[in-house]
Parts: sequence; structure tokens; C-alpha cells
Amino acid sequence: MKTGAKILIEGLLRQGVTTIFGYPGGVVLPIYDELYDSPLRHILVRHEQAAAHAADGYARASGKTGVCLATSGPGACNLVTGIATAFMDSIPMVALTGQVPTALLGNDAFQESDITGITMPVTKHSYLVKRTEDIDTVLGEAFHIAGTGRQGPVLIDLPKDVVTNEAPDPVPQKEISLRGYNPTFKGHPRQIEKALSMIAEAERPVIYAGGGVIASDASPELIRFAEMTGIPVTTTLMGIGAIPCDHPLNLGMLGMHGTRYANYAITECDLLITIGARFDDRVTGRVQSFAPNARIIHIDIDPAEIGKSKMVDLPIVGDSRHVLTCMLDRLTGTTDRSLWNEKINHWKVEYPMACPDDGVLRPQLVIKTLSDLLDGEGIIVSEVGQNQMWTAQQFCFKHPRTWITSGGLGTMGYGLPAAMGAHFARPDPPVFDIAGDGSIQMNIQEFGTIVQYDIPVKVVILNNMYLGMVRQWQELFYDRRYSYTELPSVDFVGIAAAYGIDGMRVDSADQVKEALSAAIDTEGPFVLDFRVEREENVFPMVPAGAAINEMIGGEKK
Amino acid sequence: MNVHTLSVLVENRSGVLSRVAGMFSRRGFNIESLAVGTCEVPEMSRITITVHGDDTRIEQVKKQLNKLIDVIKVSDITYHEHVRRELALIKVVANPGSTRAEVMQIADTFRAQIIDVGSKTLILQVVGPPEKIDALEKLLRQYGVKELVRTGTIAVLRGSKTTAGE
Repeated sequence: MKTGAKILIEGLLRQGVTTIFGYPGGVVLPIYDELYDSPLRHILVRHEQAAAHAADGYARASGKTGVCLATSGPGACNLVTGIATAFMDSIPMVALTGQVPTALLGNDAFQESDITGITMPVTKHSYLVKRTEDIDTVLGEAFHIAGTGRQGPVLIDLPKDVVTNEAPDPVPQKEISLRGYNPTFKGHPRQIEKALSMIAEAERPVIYAGGGVIASDASPELIRFAEMTGIPVTTTLMGIGAIPCDHPLNLGMLGMHGTRYANYAITECDLLITIGARFDDRVTGRVQSFAPNARIIHIDIDPAEIGKSKMVDLPIVGDSRHVLTCMLDRLTGTTDRSLWNEKINHWKVEYPMACPDDGVLRPQLVIKTLSDLLDGEGIIVSEVGQNQMWTAQQFCFKHPRTWITSGGLGTMGYGLPAAMGAHFARPDPPVFDIAGDGSIQMNIQEFGTIVQYDIPVKVVILNNMYLGMVRQWQELFYDRRYSYTELPSVDFVGIAAAYGIDGMRVDSADQVKEALSAAIDTEGPFVLDFRVEREENVFPMVPAGAAINEMIGGEKK
Repeated sequence: MNVHTLSVLVENRSGVLSRVAGMFSRRGFNIESLAVGTCEVPEMSRITITVHGDDTRIEQVKKQLNKLIDVIKVSDITYHEHVRRELALIKVVANPGSTRAEVMQIADTFRAQIIDVGSKTLILQVVGPPEKIDALEKLLRQYGVKELVRTGTIAVLRGSKTTAGE
């Protein structure tokens, strides 16, 4: 016989979990007691939201399922934003929450909240475990559900008596089979055949690759497929890193803040090959005008994404990597698409994603310099807003799983805790959190965690004393009425120092390189406060409701 | 726009109904009616949902239902031969010597049963496709419907085929 807590921790270890992120509290005391002398490493965060984001960052950097733990009531509720972030970006995560004893369930007990109910719309699945003997089975199912098909977060709610009571040693589970859950992994051969003939017929095809390519680790297959077919590739925010930025076939990011050449290519293409992407509104702009001249192939693991936002001509439901491998196996010869690629290269020259270099401390310059110094190596995490878009535009990503950002939910405060998680997943590469002065203050308490575990995260704050992206919209669409978007100057170096973290304030463009080098050369964490040009905007930009070829900014100089 | 009838086989677990209902409200799908109960397999339940929408919308409803882990099978039986039935209990004003005889006559025409006789009211029990119940309700309105309870549509395929598969 073993306690539920012991069954839980042993179960986590059996799932291959080495690190979890959490915060203790009343009803999870039995679990924490079990953790006290367990080989399972627990990272104590400063706020439960950070535990969820750290687990998410861990998952994105490693491809493994991230795990977070919180107590009932407020602890569980604080996880919600992190769970929703993982849900929107299809990130595998298991969230464990304590719950009041089963006898008190529904009684408005102290620190009770119906967390399975609260998280129902933002989890792939959830469990309220009512019997100790079910813990091991539920854990197995949760990891299976989180990590297969279209990945996502699964929540397990554990009442205190369920983890305190004893049950017989669980027998190791056989392969998990759930009759209501059979994700399609293999693409249909006939559909793949049809796709290949559509590709052969196309004169101006474009590949539009999303987070699904990263999730299925299909980057090598994608690159080979693009090279063999001569088809240029544009990636979504989530797909960045799937193809190296400096690859001749890479068009960069498309959509609202995408490159002009990617958006033009989409508008002029005659075949759009969508791989692991979902026609998000930030990508498509006015959806009726998205790829208006193209037949569309849509490869996705989730059948519900087919035809959800855009009607497609040929759906292939399956794992991106598997489908690409099948297509590569059947490719016969290459097609000459030099005319199309020449046209695209002409756009690239005409409308480059340039970095302003005019001696002014502009945010783009900081990102570009960092990119050059790291030569595309390292893990770059971002917050949300202008900082995120400038990084997506200016940093030259060379590998998948090196760009970690909250895409679908757009969660400010995501970056710092996600960077901590990324470090525990991959301790070797340097980890940078690119932040704005707004978003860093949403989870700045995690400086405490960084110090406690000596996590060598470098925080790059692009400080414009504004909520920059909202200010940009106010400038462009609300007649410069800056309603509640101005922030007072904050001494971030001073805050870092108070936590015991080194830092540096940077006020001019000529200090950028030196400051970033200092951060790279520092063993431990480091905070850089760049006082950037305050009213810099992210361009090009597709205004809300416009077609993606109707961009503001980024014209030829 | 069509009314579709979906027969959905689900795990008989707590929370399943709120998962299904929550998905509908979250994604803005309108449920016309929903009926749930146990079925021929002890650990499963069958939910019959009627829902309005064009074909693409219904396709999305079915796919989103299928994504729920506790949903085992979704069958759209709209275009298959099937029978649909709903049960309604209608408490209608029917004073003796006044309208009672008329109400009883209408009930008889609709093959509704009178299952309670009060001093001023009658309770009618009627079974049939929802359109029939709508028609009866409309007729009874003039006498005064004090209370109306409907179960929601349930439906089953004709012949030996079942929605559970083989």
C-alpha cells in the first residue's frame, strides 16, 4: 500500500518527468512532503502563473510535456492564464492542482474553487480524481492526451484525502487506449498523392508553415521538401525556426507584422501549402482576400482546423512530419520554379525587413545586434507586444525550438517564467528574455526564482515607457490619444540589484553591442534596461480588417 | 440553414454534459434541443442534440464534439432514415362546462393522453416529432397553457443499423 502522494510522484518519475514547477499550499502539503526527499526536482516560483508558463517554456524548448503544481483555490486559479496560453499554442502540459477533501467538495470550503469547471474551455481534457487507486491511471492518460495528437494542457485535480489515503501499488500500465480519443497520425495516401499532383501543376506555390511543424519536429523534412520542390516557405509566428532565417527559400513571417515579400507571395501564389497552421486572423487579415488566387492544401493533425476559418481544396489530416515524409518518399524529380523565385527575390530586394541604423537607440537595433552576437544560437523567449514582433522580425533564428513566445493568447508576462522553464529543459544554450517595460512588470517577481536557482536568464528590456503596441494603435487609429498607455520610468537595474542580479542601463546606440556582450559573458542572470526610442512603431503593419498585401510601412526607401 | 439531428455516444461520467454544453456556448453554436440518458451500454450515455446551421457550421460542430475526449462517437443522422420523437406534458386550462370538452377533443385528435384531471386544468401527455408538439401547443394556447414541459428530441435510425456502429 502507498499513499496517493507517493503514487503520484512515482508516477511522474515513471513518465520521465525530471523537473516540475510549483508553489505549495494547504491541501498539497502531502504532495510537498513526498517531494521533500524525492529525486523529482521542484522549482519554487513566486507566483503560480509563473509555474504554468515555466512548464510551458520547458515543453516548447524540449518537446517534452511540462508539469506544474499548485494548491487549491487561488493557487489553481493563478494557473489559468498559463494553461490558456498553452492551450492556444497547443503545448503539452500537465497541470496538477490540489483540491479540498472529497467530503467538502461543493461546500464552498476554504480555498475551494471548481478548477476543472473553470479550466474546461482552456484544457484539452481534465480530471477530478476521486479515488486514490485511480491516480496512476489518470496520470498515464493525462500524459498520453497532452503529448499526442494536437498537443495541449491536461489538468488533474487532486482532493486532499485522495493523496493522503492509501491504495495498492499500481500495476504498470499497458499501452493506453481511450475509446473516445484516437487522433489521426498518418495522412491518407490518396490525399497525399493528390497533393503531389497539385504541387507538380503549380507555377507559383508557397508553403505556409506553422507551429505544427515545430510540434512534430518536422523541420528537417520541411527544409528538404522545400529544397526539392523549389517552393518558398513563409512561417507563422509559431513556425519561426522551422527553416533557417538565412535559407534562400525562407520568406520570413507572414501576416499582420510579416514581411512584405511573404504577404505579396501569399497574395500572388496559385497554390498554398498550409502545414500545421490554422489561418489565424493575425495571419490572414481579411480572410476572403487571403491567397485569393490559390488552391489550398491544408495539412493538420486536428480535423477541426480544416475548413474552420478558410475553405480549402485538399485537406490532409495527419502529423506534419509523417505527411512530409510520405510526400518526400514519392517525389520524383524537381520542378523548375526559378521564374517565381526570381520574382520573390526581387520583392526581397525591393522591400527588405531592414533594421534602421541611424545612430539612434532603436529597439530593432538591440535585437539585430543580439542576433549577430549570438549568430542565431541560443534560446530567445519574448514577452508580448512590440518587443515580440521586433524579435520575430529582426532575430535570425536558425533552429526549431529556439524561439519561445505566446502566440495565440498573447500573454504579457509570459517571457520571464517561460525563459526559466526553457533553461531547465536545455541548460546549455544561453537563454534571453526579450521584454518590454510593460510586460516585464507582469511577472517581475520571478527575479526571485532566478536568483534562488541561479538561472542564467538574460533579460533584455526594450524600455520605451509605454505599453508600446497599444500606444502604436492609438497613434495610428485613435488620433494619438494615448489613453492609459504611458508608464513612468522604472529603475530596472535597481530592482534587479535588490534581488541580487547584475544589470546595466543603456542610453545610446553605441553602447548596445558592449552591453549585450557583457550580458552574454556573465555566468549568471543579467538585466539590461535599454532606453529605446519611445515612439518607434512595428512596421510593416496590416491594419485590422485589411488584406495582407495592404500594408503600412516597410516601403522601399 | 437546416436543423440537424446528432446522436452522440459519450462516456457516462460526471462533467460530460457540461463539457458538451460548454463547447456549444463557447463556440457560439445554438442548441435547439438536447436530451441525455443512459443507453444500451451501461457505462455510456447517448445525447441527442438538434442544432441549427448550414453544412459547414454543422461540420464544425461535429468536429469539435469529436475532439472532446469523453465523446466516443458522433453520428449525424439527419440525412439517414430515422424516427424522431419528443414527449411533452402540457397543463392547460379546461374548465368543466366551458372549454374542457374542446380540449379533450383536441387531445384525442393528437392522440395525446390526459394524465391528470384537475378542477380547472387538464394535463396532456403527447408524444411525437417536435413539429407535432409545436402544432398542439399552438392550438392549446387559446385555452391557456399554464405550464409546458418538453423532453427535447430523441431519435433513432430505422431498421437494424445503429449509431453505435456494428
